Amino acid sequence: MEKSVRIVVNGKSIEARVEPRLLLVHFLREVAEYTGTHVGCETSVCGACTVLVEGRAVKSCTMFAVQADGRKIQTIEGLAEDGKLHPLQEAFWNEHGLQCGFCTPGMILSACQLLADTPRPSRDQIRHGLEGNLCRCTGYMHIVNAVEAAAKKMGAGA
Amino acid sequence: MATTTATRAEKQVGRRVRRQEDPRLITGTATYVEDVKMPGMLYAAILRSPHAAARLRAVRTKEAASLPGVHAIFTGADVEGVGPVPCAAALPGLRIPKHTILATNRVYYVGHPVAVAVATDRYIARDAAERIEVDYEPLPAVADPEKALAPGAPAVHPEWPDNVAFTHHTAGGDLKKAFAEADAIVKQRIVSQRLVPVAMETRGVVAEWRAGERRLTLFSSTQIPHLMRTQVALMLGLPENHLRVITPEVGGGFGSKLNVYAEEALMGFIARRLNKPVQWIEGRRENFQVTIHGRGHVDYAEMSVKKDGAITGLKIKIIQDLGAYHQLLTPLIPTLSVLMMPGIYNFHNVEADIVGVFTNAVPTDAYRGAGRPEATHVIERMVDLAAAELKMDPAEIRLKNFPGRDQFPFSTATGLVYDSGDYAAPLKKAMGILEYPKARARQREARGKGRYLGIGISTYGEICALGPSPATPAGGWESATVKVEPTAKVTIMTGASPHGQGQETSFAQLAADAFGVSMDDVVVIHGDTAVVQYGIGTFASRATAVGGTAVYLALQDLRAKCSRFAAHAMGVQPEEVTFEGGIFSSARTAKTVSFPEVALEAHVCRNLPPGVEPGLVATRFFEPSNFAFPFGAHLAEVEVDAETGQVKILRYIAVDDCGKVINPLLVDGQIHGGVAQGLGQALLEEAVYDEYGQLLTGELMSYAIPKAHHVPEIELQRTETPSPVNPLGVKGVGEAGTIGCSPALVNAVVDALSPFGIRHLDMPMTPQKVWRAISERKPA
Repeated sequence: MEKSVRIVVNGKSIEARVEPRLLLVHFLREVAEYTGTHVGCETSVCGACTVLVEGRAVKSCTMFAVQADGRKIQTIEGLAEDGKLHPLQEAFWNEHGLQCGFCTPGMILSACQLLADTPRPSRDQIRHGLEGNLCRCTGYMHIVNAVEAAAKKMGAGA
Repeated sequence: MATTTATRAEKQVGRRVRRQEDPRLITGTATYVEDVKMPGMLYAAILRSPHAAARLRAVRTKEAASLPGVHAIFTGADVEGVGPVPCAAALPGLRIPKHTILATNRVYYVGHPVAVAVATDRYIARDAAERIEVDYEPLPAVADPEKALAPGAPAVHPEWPDNVAFTHHTAGGDLKKAFAEADAIVKQRIVSQRLVPVAMETRGVVAEWRAGERRLTLFSSTQIPHLMRTQVALMLGLPENHLRVITPEVGGGFGSKLNVYAEEALMGFIARRLNKPVQWIEGRRENFQVTIHGRGHVDYAEMSVKKDGAITGLKIKIIQDLGAYHQLLTPLIPTLSVLMMPGIYNFHNVEADIVGVFTNAVPTDAYRGAGRPEATHVIERMVDLAAAELKMDPAEIRLKNFPGRDQFPFSTATGLVYDSGDYAAPLKKAMGILEYPKARARQREARGKGRYLGIGISTYGEICALGPSPATPAGGWESATVKVEPTAKVTIMTGASPHGQGQETSFAQLAADAFGVSMDDVVVIHGDTAVVQYGIGTFASRATAVGGTAVYLALQDLRAKCSRFAAHAMGVQPEEVTFEGGIFSSARTAKTVSFPEVALEAHVCRNLPPGVEPGLVATRFFEPSNFAFPFGAHLAEVEVDAETGQVKILRYIAVDDCGKVINPLLVDGQIHGGVAQGLGQALLEEAVYDEYGQLLTGELMSYAIPKAHHVPEIELQRTETPSPVNPLGVKGVGEAGTIGCSPALVNAVVDALSPFGIRHLDMPMTPQKVWRAISERKPA
């Protein structure tokens, strides 16, 4: 009953035989061994498990690994390039956009898609763009500041 | 730019320094408990009761145990020797039900653990748990604390048919006289509803038994590793020094991990019995059902006032929903509310009665603020009701009743001594930012157009920096060990166990200033009982005020010892040595010696000063003489849509005084997060049990915690009144936002709706509730 899958995670191709019911998040955490993707609710509300599937933000707790067969996935571990932090990572650090850090990987990856779709978002657009990601620590102010700062920097670099 | 960097000679304390802990968190390389993997590790899944009250007729495990991959199933009978789940509160006459780690013959709330399945992977463990057959005989349940007190209500514990776990009476001053001489007495029933803490990381445990050494290691997502070690060792009958508790990264706590739960001992038992490592990670639905809830108050309050606005007395009856059991601090939480009763006002007549009520629900316990938000909500609502009764402005009545700056230390009718304060200052500052008279004019103008604007004020105080040991259940001190390594690197080991608050950064700031080193030369270690000396933990805004002070004292000791090495090296007396930017110098001889040179000499000891021991290690324990009492003023301006009941926050201003600030960036973050949780209570959140004791709000799809667009842009300012209780002058800031926020929002909405004759609304002020209140009335 196991199925073979080949999933490219952070540029690395991973082949495995998995149960059809294996959630993508557990594939990423336990087969691919990228534990930066967190499980926060298992009902696709909290967004802690957000990853990029073919560049689009997806909640990996409600997708099966077999559904990701043949796809390219980026997790938080794949965001920095050659050891250089992504502008969003740098901005979350500078602006104190995290406290306990548990929601942060998903929050940053959702912000990635937000900025891909809306390169210069208003604060209100940022707040609505991140409504699929819950944070219980920060009250979101510093997260909004961080996304705003990253947008500015990425815009300037473009 | 939110953050700044400093050159070595500049002080780090007081700067907006970005955090040391962040690189691992933003790159996904931090280790939370679910990330802990061990060879041969098994996974546990717990079967929980779907009934709020039932007799257990039979538990059949045979089919579950026969599933391939299942290693064991354990039921209540298997773990009878383990436990009970501890309660550290000691109130006179307190009824303490025996809290076993798995149910034996009865279940008392939805989620009550009945059996545990252990398997080679988490999916099989869940399959097995689902195949355990349980015969329940459902019994009548009661989850509403007022209904539980009514005659004839189902008994949660058959041995105590009245459902009363304890009563508690406090009185100070002469309330009878105050009430007899009052010009007005306002009365109100006020509910602080049950809330779910919802740390983004649920709880989790990994247990590893080393049979050869007879030692158990528990990785646990907790705020209190040392207290947990002591308690779990007792539960398991293991010598305390054979148990090691490690808290890896902790994904939020808010009080919900200031506890010792059944699962820590249960996993310890399993690891030892099977001689295999085992992991249990709480699901979100389990987190809603079995991790403590907060609040759960029904309060009946009466406040007496004189015509001129002077508050003279306050009487409260608190009905505390305890749930089915006592967790670590459950019965203590409402006593904190009583301590806070006088708020920050100058009146001295109080009377409080608490009735602690058993219900068929998960226990309540400390959730961000723990008794203090409940008290502040009552006081701040009552002050507004008194102002309305006297037709006074809510700001004016507050300014009239604050004690003066010269009245500190200020003794309260509940026996507290407020350390320092200037209570009018934050309110005046916040009113200045809002331009209060203009806001009132806006409100009048809007009303003329049929729009309902409201301004809400909350001036709060809180009890922080817990605290003197006699006032706490398990020691109120905190510990620190500071080591200077031969290469002049600094290692700090703190008994506090932060989980997002940022003490790896703020303590490194203290060390950087003490030795003139870079913050990157400092490592802060916490949350490992085998490495760190005993400590108490992080809660009640104590990590910096108490734990930081212990660090500071240890740093001072080491600086003094360094000066003796430096003096000896320079051939001068220690009192001639000055220190600046990492260099010890003596003005008389114009000689200098650097901190790294001293650090090396203290270890190689080529030229040991007489009477000085080698090494640079200092351990200090700080016992505060009193709590610290932060305070502040939160102002909200809202608009209520009378058609839909929707509340829109137009302005939110918070002026907080948490004493001296080590890192303003982190303090801002604490206030923001606190405000969001207060807002959640005021507008969105409520744990609802139905008449059968079913939890209707059992996961994040039915329980609304604030999202980014729910939280307004928060305008922050501070006043700074140092606390005399500790040498750092800090008071604490973890709970301030939560305590200040909910009354500000409720007062604002009630103010907006005053034309409808609405004088009170209970939380959460959902559109439906607001709309209902409006539709029952017509505007005056």
